[in-house]
Amino acid sequence: MFARYTAPAVAIAAITALATMAVLAATDGATAQTVNQPPDTMAARVEACTPCHGNKGEGTSDVYFPRLAGKPAGYLYNQLLAFRSGRRKYPPMNYLLEFLPDPYLEAMAEYFASEHPPLPQPAPSEVSKDVLAHGELLATSGDAGRNIPACVSCHGPGLTGMQPGIPGLLGLRANYISAQLGGWRYGTRTAKSPDCMQLVAGHLTEADVTAVAAWLATRPAPSNPAPVPKGTYALPFGCGSQPN
Amino acid sequence: MGFKLSIKLLSVKLLALAAFTTAAAAQDKTGDIIARGEYLARAGDCTACHTAPEGRLFAGGRAMPTPFGTIYTSNITPDPETGIGKWSADDFYKTMHSGRFPDGGLIYPAMPFASYTKVTRADSDAIFAYLRSIAPVNQKNKPHELRFPYDNRQLILGWRTLFFSEGEFKPDPKKSAEWNRGAYLVEGLGHCGMCHSPINALGGTSQSDAFKGGLIPMQNWYAPSLTSNREAGLGDWSIKDITDLLQTGVSMRGVVYGPMAEVVHNSLQYLNDEDTRAMAVYLKGIAEPSPPPAASSALPTSESSLLISLGKTVYDKNCASCHGTQGEGKPPHWPPLANNQSIEMQSAVNPIRMVLNGGYPPGTKGNPMPYGMPPFAGLLSDNEVAAVVSYIRTAWGNRGTPVSAREANELRSAPLN
Repeated sequence: MFARYTAPAVAIAAITALATMAVLAATDGATAQTVNQPPDTMAARVEACTPCHGNKGEGTSDVYFPRLAGKPAGYLYNQLLAFRSGRRKYPPMNYLLEFLPDPYLEAMAEYFASEHPPLPQPAPSEVSKDVLAHGELLATSGDAGRNIPACVSCHGPGLTGMQPGIPGLLGLRANYISAQLGGWRYGTRTAKSPDCMQLVAGHLTEADVTAVAAWLATRPAPSNPAPVPKGTYALPFGCGSQPN
Repeated sequence: MGFKLSIKLLSVKLLALAAFTTAAAAQDKTGDIIARGEYLARAGDCTACHTAPEGRLFAGGRAMPTPFGTIYTSNITPDPETGIGKWSADDFYKTMHSGRFPDGGLIYPAMPFASYTKVTRADSDAIFAYLRSIAPVNQKNKPHELRFPYDNRQLILGWRTLFFSEGEFKPDPKKSAEWNRGAYLVEGLGHCGMCHSPINALGGTSQSDAFKGGLIPMQNWYAPSLTSNREAGLGDWSIKDITDLLQTGVSMRGVVYGPMAEVVHNSLQYLNDEDTRAMAVYLKGIAEPSPPPAASSALPTSESSLLISLGKTVYDKNCASCHGTQGEGKPPHWPPLANNQSIEMQSAVNPIRMVLNGGYPPGTKGNPMPYGMPPFAGLLSDNEVAAVVSYIRTAWGNRGTPVSAREANELRSAPLN
């Protein structure tokens, strides 16, 4: 990746060229392929992702592998960059992405962002009603006394996220959400400064994490699961992953 | 008078022009040397070690795990305090050529000076000129964390006696200029022998074992022999297939994954066609025909045949859609498995790891959006992994041997990065 440091202009030109190529690949794919070549499509190129994330990024039965489909492309791209550099640690992901260039990761992010398989039926919760009520309160109102903002204040009133960098929180299982919040709390998951989720998670207790993860996992699919456009609402505080 | 004046003016102008062109020529020449140095630094893959993930270019600080402890790479930017800003071209050459710091201190052989010693003075100077031209970064080197007794640098003297022979590359007059250029790149800056030679318990490679393959310590990938056609010997490959593999990461014969993907990504994809071809000519030339491997397996015959029959079922269900029912693949993107040397080698480490972890070839200028192989670690049991690897190693005329579920299990914990 010398180009990033020594020739940004060349890198930008390459990105533009690649973006054009990606478009060509998408339109010409059907005619360009021959029997002896794999399909010239993104779907064929991301088959390595599917055992864990599903054919269209809908997720699989393993609760720790998240749904990717329909999340904002900017969010997915940031995660791909973080896995590639090792900032976000999960060795099987770090390994797969290590030598893939930025424009390709962008194309992968766009691919999964543009897929819209239906959201799964929420699974019945294993926690008590009181715990769910605590989770709902934190997610929808936060706890100003403990400096905890409501999830909805950034992830949107419908929890569907906002373009380009804030993910929706629907279609994820409680174990996954809880593991990620744990990762933020213990510093094993980090993001660009100011690392807003680190600040939020740092104020949560174990009980808060259990409650909010459980409640989020019970949410039914909204009529429109798409992330809202950039700038639909103002964020309560700065976030490195969502530049203004 | 007017005439004289204009002559005088003209000559001043000419002088100025001459001075300008000389300066421009000098600048061009310096620019050329820096550009050549950058090219050579890529050929030497300096960045693989001297740039940390998310770190500044060549500021060092990357942790290199070794069997003897962790080594942290050094800052080679021109920062005078923490980098090599105070070094001279002589100092730099001494480091590359003799494996010694400017003060005479011994360098750990994680730095491939046993290969870099073959680099010419002119090439060393060009790399140095390039390193002087990049942005200085003030970042202190981290001390190494080596276990006793390896924290004693004097031990390096013993290693040097056993494994280091200092000296620039000597062309073989009996071979072509192209072969010699390839040999210079492979044996020198390319430092291919660092992985493709067996590493003994002392962390060294003896001359007689050069390019004979070996398990890369700490990474648990097998770097195949470059001389045996039973491994990655390229004796029966076409020059085009070899250059494709080196430049783009994929070819009609096979695809690079793991540590070799890194080498293609950081280094080989940037080499020009002439140098790539020279390396291919040399690599094809050093391959020795080997006798067919003894088809012996540590497994009892009954277990082997059970594995292979289960393996066919696993293969037809999970693998055949890309690699074909006869292992023919759809090369270059979906590699063939029939007559694929990397599957048939004595060591089954690489095919087992590919089934467990999958992988992407590197994204390169020639192949910017590579196709990936899915990881099967979560889908297949140890027994199924062993079965399918046994099957592909023995089907379609492949001459490998079956592997056990235990071998598959052991590689589940192999480091992935």
